[in-house]
Formats: sequence, C-alpha cells, structure tokens
Amino acid sequence: MKKILTSTVAVSALALMLGMTSVRAEDAVDPNAKQGGAITITYKDDVATLDPAIGYDWQNWSMIKSLFDGLMDYEPGTTNLRPDLAESYEIAPDGKTFTFKLRQGVKFHNGREMTADDVKYSLDRVTNPKTQSPGAGFFGSIKGHDDVAAGKAESLAGVTVVDPYTIKFELTRPDATFLHVMAINFSHVVPKEEVEKYGADFGKHPVGTGAFKFAEWTLGQRVVFERNPDYWHKGLPYLDRISFEIGQEPIVALLRLQKGEIDIPGDGIPPAKFQEVMSDPEQKARVVEGGQLHTGYITMNTTMAPFDNVKVRQAVNMAINKDRIVQLINNRAVPANQPLPPSMPGYDKEFKGYPYDVAKAKALLAEAGHPDGFETQLFAMNTDPNPRIAQAIQQDLAAVGIKAGIQSLAQANVIAAGGDKAGAPMIWSGGMAWIADFPDPSNFYGPILGCAGAVPGGWNWSWYCNKDLDAKAAEADSIVDPAKSGERAKMWSAIYRKIMEDAPWVPVFNEQRFTMKSPRMGGADNLFVDPVHIPINYDYVYVTDVQ
Amino acid sequence: MIAYLGRRVIQSVLILLGVSLITFALLYLLPADPVRQIAGRSATPATVENIRRQLGLDQPFVIQYWHYLTSLLSGDLGRSYIQRSEVTELIVSRLPASLLLMVGAILCELAIGLTMGLLAAVRRGTATDQTLMVASFVGVSAPQFVVGLLLLYVFAVRLGWFPIGGYGTWRHLVLPSLTMGILGAGWYARMMRSSMIDVLRQDYMRTARAKGLARGAIIFRHALPNAILPVIAMIGIDIGIFMGGIVVVESVFGWPGIGQLAWQAIQRVDIPIIMGVTLVSAFAIVLGNLLADTVAPFIDPRIKLR
Repeated sequence: MKKILTSTVAVSALALMLGMTSVRAEDAVDPNAKQGGAITITYKDDVATLDPAIGYDWQNWSMIKSLFDGLMDYEPGTTNLRPDLAESYEIAPDGKTFTFKLRQGVKFHNGREMTADDVKYSLDRVTNPKTQSPGAGFFGSIKGHDDVAAGKAESLAGVTVVDPYTIKFELTRPDATFLHVMAINFSHVVPKEEVEKYGADFGKHPVGTGAFKFAEWTLGQRVVFERNPDYWHKGLPYLDRISFEIGQEPIVALLRLQKGEIDIPGDGIPPAKFQEVMSDPEQKARVVEGGQLHTGYITMNTTMAPFDNVKVRQAVNMAINKDRIVQLINNRAVPANQPLPPSMPGYDKEFKGYPYDVAKAKALLAEAGHPDGFETQLFAMNTDPNPRIAQAIQQDLAAVGIKAGIQSLAQANVIAAGGDKAGAPMIWSGGMAWIADFPDPSNFYGPILGCAGAVPGGWNWSWYCNKDLDAKAAEADSIVDPAKSGERAKMWSAIYRKIMEDAPWVPVFNEQRFTMKSPRMGGADNLFVDPVHIPINYDYVYVTDVQ
Repeated sequence: MIAYLGRRVIQSVLILLGVSLITFALLYLLPADPVRQIAGRSATPATVENIRRQLGLDQPFVIQYWHYLTSLLSGDLGRSYIQRSEVTELIVSRLPASLLLMVGAILCELAIGLTMGLLAAVRRGTATDQTLMVASFVGVSAPQFVVGLLLLYVFAVRLGWFPIGGYGTWRHLVLPSLTMGILGAGWYARMMRSSMIDVLRQDYMRTARAKGLARGAIIFRHALPNAILPVIAMIGIDIGIFMGGIVVVESVFGWPGIGQLAWQAIQRVDIPIIMGVTLVSAFAIVLGNLLADTVAPFIDPRIKLR
C-alpha cells in the first residue's frame, strides 16, 4: 500500500515538474464500490446557499463541490492538487501566465457543453462587486481584478478565451497559490443562462457540471441531490441519491444514527456524548479520526500595552498549559506550537515552540517590568467549550500573576472587537478559528498575521504587522515553479519561525475531526475526514448494501 | 363596540411600530458588522464599502428605518444576509409548520389542562387535588428543552412509538405538541380549577343538587359549560407563551417552523430574519390579545367593552 502511495506521489511530482499533468487515471474508481443506493445526512442549520460564488461555510462547502467543478481539484482524501475540468495546464517560466486545456464533452446538468467562455464568465461574475462574493479577494492576482472590483470594468482583462477548450490567465505577479485558487469553490464553473434565469436565487437552483445534480429543496426541511448520469468522470459517483435533512440537533442526529435511520450526522458527535460513543467499541469502530487544517490560538494585541512588549507575549506563551486545555475538550485536538497545522506544507517538525514553564514566564514578566503581573481582558466566544477554555487560560494566566477578566460574547461581537485596534487585548479564537481555505502555508499568513489583515474590520486580531515578513511572504509566493515547492515551503517555515519569535499568538491546539458513519457506509477512511471536503467527500463514498 | 375596536386596532398598530423601532435600533446597535460577514475574511476594504453601499447600510439610522418601514408596507421584509433569500419567503414557507404545531399544542394543553383542573376542582382538598396541582406546577416550571429531550428519549428512542424528530406525518406532531402542551396545561389546570370552584359555589349549583340531579349531570351539564368559557377565552393570550416556546421546541424536534428559523438566525446574527420573525410573532401576539378581548364579552356577558 505504502509503495503504491509513494509511486503515485512520484508520478504526480514528475508531472508537475514538467509543467504538464497526465489525464486523471480512471483507476481512481474503487473496485469494491457498487453504484446505487441512497444516504441521509443531517444538519442542524439551514443550508445557506448552493451558489459557488457565495457559499462560504463548512456545511455548504462540500455540497457545492459535488454540484460544481473547477479547473483544478484535489485527489480524494488528500491535499494533492490535480486537474479537474482542466485536462492539463502550462505555467510560463515567469510564473505570470497560466494556460489551461479544458476537458472536452463536459456537460452542465442542463445538457449544454461547458466551454472556456463559461470559465471566463464564472470568474467575471465572482469578482463583480454586484455578486457580493465573499471570495472575490482570492482573485486579486489576476490582471484587471482591481478594475472589476472597483466597478470600472465588467470583465477581467487578464482572462482570455483562446479557443473553446483553452483559457489563458495573465497575472500581475507570480502567484504560487494560483492553482489552489483555481480549485476553491469560488472559481467553480456556472452556466450563464441559468444564473441569468434565477438571478439572486441561483443559489437555490444550482446548475453545475458536478457528480451530483440538484433535485429538491424544501426550505427548512430537506435538500436532495441525485446522481448526474452524464458526469464526465465515468463510474462516479457511486451513490444514486443524497438527502440532507435540515434542522436536526446534533444530539437527536446521534440518536437517529444509533437507530440506523441516518448515515452521517453532519455536525459531528455532540461533545456531551463524545466519551460515551468512544467508550463503546461498536460505535467507536465507526468513528473516523483525521487531521484538520485548523489552529486554535490566543491573540495578543501587539499595539496595546503591555502586549507591545515582546517579553510579555513570550511569557504568556510559556504560561499556557496546552495539554490541560486539550484534555478539557476530551482530547479532540493535539497541542500546537506554531501557527501552521501539522498537515499543512511548511509545518516545521523540528520546531519545539515555547515550553510550558511557569517560573520562566514569571522571570520574563519581571524582566519586562511586570513582576506582579497586570490586569487585562480575554475575549472569547460564548458557546461551549469556549468559555471553559477561556477559564482554563484565565487560571494559567493567574498562576503567573496576570489577572484576565473574561468577556464571553456572541461570535459576531468577538470578531468586531478583534477588528477594532483598541478593542480586545486578548482573544481566544475558538469557534472562529482559522480553517484554511486551501492547503497552502500562505493561507495562514496574509489575513491573520500579515499587515493586510491588520486593518479595521480585519482578521489580524493581534495587529501584528512586520513589513519585513510581508516582503518575505511575497517573495515565497512568487516561486511558482512546482519543482521548487520544497524551497518555498522552507521559506514559509522560516517566516512562521520568525513570527513565533515575535510571539503575537499563543498557538494552542489543532482540532482533530471525528466523523461518525452508519455501518453500511463504504469507502476509504480518508474520504470521511477529507481535508477539503468537510464533512465527507460525497463523490467517492458508497453504501455496501446495494445489490 | 366599534369605537372600542377602532381604538384597540390603533393601539395594536402603535405597539407593533414600537416593537419594530426597538428591535431595529437594538440590532442596529449590535457591534457586529453584517457587511463584514457578507464580504468574508479575504475581502478588500473597497469590496466591503461597495457592499455596504449596495445594501444601503451606509445610510443614517433614521433613513434605514424609514426604508425598512416603507418596504414592510408592501410585505417586503428584506433579504437575509446569510441565507441570501427573501425573508418573507423564508417565513411564509415555515409558517404552516408553526401553525400546525400551535394547533397540536393547544389541543394538548386543553385536553390535559382542563381534565386536570376539572378533576382537582371536583376532588377539592383531597390528595388527588394536591397531586394534580403539584404536577401542574412542575409542568409550568419544567424547562421545555429538558421535557422535549426526555419525551424524545422515552417515547421515540426507547419505546419507538414516535419518530425521532422531523416533520411530515401526525406521528411527528405528537411529541412536540405534547412538550408545548405540558407547559400550557399547567396554566390551564390552575385556571380551570379556580373557575370550576367558583361555579360550584354558585346558588344554582345548590339548587341543582337540591333538585336531586346526579353528580355527573351537575358537573358536566351545568357547571362545566359555565366554568370552561372564561378559560377558553385565554387561548388568544396563550399565543405569547407559545411564540416563546417554539424557539426551543422546534429546535429540539427539528420542526421546520419559524421558531427554528429564529434560533438559527440569532446564532448567525442574520439581522433581517431576526427582525422579520420578531415582527411576525409580535403581530401574532397582538392579534391574539385583540381576539381574546373582543371575544370575551360574547362568552361572559358580565364583561363590558368600553
């Protein structure tokens, strides 16, 4: 198994080096899987929208991926890029021009063939301010983006349809993340005629090229997908039908799963029931654990005294007992020592981070001129387990003399306080923490640790702005050549090491994912904790009880 | 009568205006910025401002409120920030489920509450009376979240008599109605008991007994109809309690009504939906009270409208 895995990676790496990629191997089809059957997935909240230009929560993220396709995608269950609607691509040596050859004969669910014009239309649409897309900012490196964003142009000057099956992108700067950008939902391809037919309600009548087509939406009750019989990837998907039942509390969903009425509780195992489930061997066997591109952290506002002193920030880093916090959430996470999560390229395995050392923390505080500590405020979101975690942090801080009052608020209020320069001295990020948009180290920098995010309303809540690191980040992201991706990852590691020296954050833990499934669900484990398809990869899972 | 009604309608409209103003102001003062929420964490400041302008959120409070009121007159409750749908459409699609639950809950609370009250009044002072009154007290004070989960666990999970949450058949309706009904039943049991005791003390009751009528006939033919009417007239006022309860009960049972819609919107700070559901519930409560007051004199001639 391991050998096969290595050789696949080697082949992809070779293909990437050549600047070309092979056609997707049809052996991706699982020989054990049978087509057919239906599954039921539950969610507590209504599905917000299925418009790929708008949807931006973890619930609709994977649903949209099954209805639509982009030029790029990831191998199922991994973070390895591969072409999807594109058959192959070429990157010019200067890293500023990307040319994609499209797969021929791909059809939208309405029967029309998808061409390069649709790709261009979709990108013009997502960047147009009238669309109000939360993802418009991802396309900032495409030539002409600023004119479209400012309402001065209707079309991206840097996107050219060469012929119906070839599309060319010109960028204003070399952008190593561009292939990832072509894989996120916001760049998924939509048919113009359907968007125009439904207008702002396209998200309730989605039409794409994906493995499933949209069948039914009963507001507040149910969303149903059916197999796309014309899906270009022959043999996929396996399931005939997926029903998403809406409005089910996680605890009720778990009871229904135990009775065999549903297949996946979309919101996961409720924390109160976690230990009960994990101590029952029969249930535990149906829980799949996996990593997540997530880091939970404490921000310290570097513009506010006393956190403007690096020694104070380092002292706080040494004062927090991360193991205890992880225990507090039933070990559903692993302690973190750096901003990047372990499954992210650029994660530094050698880096040890700050030790948990109360004496040293006190000494550093004394050096900084606070031998008796000081008073401060810790903001946290008010839903479980965050107030409990905030209390644990409060106790740890008290042990070194820092008296922190807890401000337990609704999510939107904490986000607002963080985006205000004088708003919050410390924030525990739980419940709002960064989950990567795509598996690339740069995604953890710009908005949350770079100068671009340190603006009113931004997400850089420690207001840490290091111009030198910004320049280094830009330099790393200009290394587009896939052959040099190792070098690029090293540059990013160095950037995050420097950040940890300046200590604007206390990285606390990386959440693990636990997906529970019914006994009839089939498919490799990594499909149920797919890093990009949350909670599961709908296109590749199957049921074992079909004839 | 007409003058009274006219006055009450004007009062009701003023109350609704007040509710809309207070809710709108509170939501306006929330430190959360809806535009940031829509624009997402990767948006540039220019994009954020653009969206703010498109939604009219750059306007002063008074103008925003005026726009809201004027579109309200044409039945337009705005567009949800998170769900990106018309709020009117979302509420209308969920209203039937809430109304159905309301009917179920009222039937439950009347059936349970009136029976308990009647029994307690007839057996006044006995252990039965005391047990029933303690039970009604527990019913009134038990948190609906707990009652709901308990019923769900016993009757759906353990015994399997009813489905575990959801919507569709009459079997889905039973447990949520019962959960809502238990709270109301407590109130009705107490009101029914005191109303019945009042009636049983009346002179004509003594006359009936003196005539030698059977006990059952006295209670069911003579006392009950008189005692029950003032209690029934309370149903209108009940709507207020009901509107508070559906938020919890609909969430526990996955019942697709407006209570669940409100709960989700509050969690995600989806201001137009919170605003819309608040107004619709306020409307229902005001209407319920108006109906209760208007119907009262027809049921009990001692009440005069002025």
